[in-house]
Amino acid sequence: MQTRMTVPVQAPPPARATTGAVRLRDVRKTFAAQRSSGSPVTALEGLSLDAAPGEFVAVVGPSGCGKTTLLELVCGLTAPDAGTVDAAPAALMAQRDLLLPWASAVENAALALRVGGGPRAPARERASALLRDFGLAGFERARPHELSGGMRQRVAFARTLLAGRPVLCLDEPFAALDALTRAEMQEWLAGALAADPRTVVMVTHDVEEAVVLADRVVVLSPRPGRVVATLAVTAPRPRRRTDPAVVALRARALAELGGRS
Amino acid sequence: MTALLVVLAALGAWEGYARLSGIAEFILPPPSAVATSLVDDRGLLWSNFAITAGEIAVGIGAALLLGLAFAVVLHLCPALRRGVYPLLVGSQTVPIPIIAPLLVVWFGFGLAPKVSIIALVCFFPIVVPTLDALGRVDPDLRKLMRSFGSTRWQTFRIVEAPAALPGLFTGAKLSVAIATIAAVLAEQAGSENGLGWLFLQALPQFETPRAYAAVFVLSSFAVLLFWLLALAERRLLPWSRQPRGTAP
Repeated sequence: MQTRMTVPVQAPPPARATTGAVRLRDVRKTFAAQRSSGSPVTALEGLSLDAAPGEFVAVVGPSGCGKTTLLELVCGLTAPDAGTVDAAPAALMAQRDLLLPWASAVENAALALRVGGGPRAPARERASALLRDFGLAGFERARPHELSGGMRQRVAFARTLLAGRPVLCLDEPFAALDALTRAEMQEWLAGALAADPRTVVMVTHDVEEAVVLADRVVVLSPRPGRVVATLAVTAPRPRRRTDPAVVALRARALAELGGRS
Repeated sequence: MTALLVVLAALGAWEGYARLSGIAEFILPPPSAVATSLVDDRGLLWSNFAITAGEIAVGIGAALLLGLAFAVVLHLCPALRRGVYPLLVGSQTVPIPIIAPLLVVWFGFGLAPKVSIIALVCFFPIVVPTLDALGRVDPDLRKLMRSFGSTRWQTFRIVEAPAALPGLFTGAKLSVAIATIAAVLAEQAGSENGLGWLFLQALPQFETPRAYAAVFVLSSFAVLLFWLLALAERRLLPWSRQPRGTAP
């Protein structure tokens, strides 16, 4: 019991995003043909994208325009065929929560810490504290199948944050949720990022989500993906989807998307 | 419950036919005669059961160890998998009734040929589902682990090994069902005891009820083992019975 009192809770990384720039220049990424009959697929072509430290950049585009490839490039999971990718260390969060079904919420949230090595007790302590901040008090030991979709995404987000990377790559993080939960989770994400700011590159097909959450919305063309428009979102936070500025920007982004297809 | 009724009805029909048709007991003994033999020959049945159960336990144990080791090695080394997997399939197509007498010639009448045959038969159904489960791990999950800087070994230990456990259990359950057949075949190829041997001895002595009793004991043992494994699986891997945990 005594040890429990004396074990110091490891402090999370400083709550200021001073590092974490992302810079892509004229990036091209081509995939080999899947079948013998097909030709190679160019996912991205001449794509340039910047995210300043602490900035939230949302990337919207039609299906199959290479959005996921873009995030894999930023995370260093794949290398560009041409151009340069210069990004601070990034953690990936996918549309599906990808939680380990046999592990508890705490063990799942602490996954990156476990991979990083280091003692287990402080890692679990940090994970539990973050889960409690995320409104999951009492569910620390629950397995993923005992949690709702929104709760699972929050565990997945805790896991992403605890990776301790200055950049977060979110790949349609709420696309698998129902509309009501999605709206709740968007609000919640804005709050969580206000508490622990990071550079965020979020890919989504939901223009409204992009406008409500991001500092900047980048519109990609159909494959091969290129940037066709960049819209700065200057509306004050917290934003509502019914704010006139949000509605107007959403219309502009949709027009950019539709005009180029 | 329904299964019990079906069994009772079948036993009743069998009993009725065996008694009313006047068929000789050494051709088709009624269930009551088999039951009588279960009681009267219990010493004989028990001592031979202990032999066969031991063979099955050691055989399945060996198959589990070897099968798990093979699955892990083949999974971690795709080149080896491409080279060895066809040989594994080939090993499973060799007819056991041909191999069994050979092993008796090589190893004698003792435990070794029986355990070898049981392990040989059970090895394949353990390797295949385990290897499958290891390979079916979500590629996005591997990618996630890689983005956390995970080494190959860490990904195996943290993600792939637990994910393979349901496959291992499936293999073990399949093995239990076929291990009894393998044990009987092995004993009939050459032995001095065991339930398979008892069965073979009982028939020419017109002790058909005893032969049936031996079959009953062996089948019950396999069903019990299967049930125990299913119970252990439910206790140890409750998550594997849930629909895929990553689905929304």
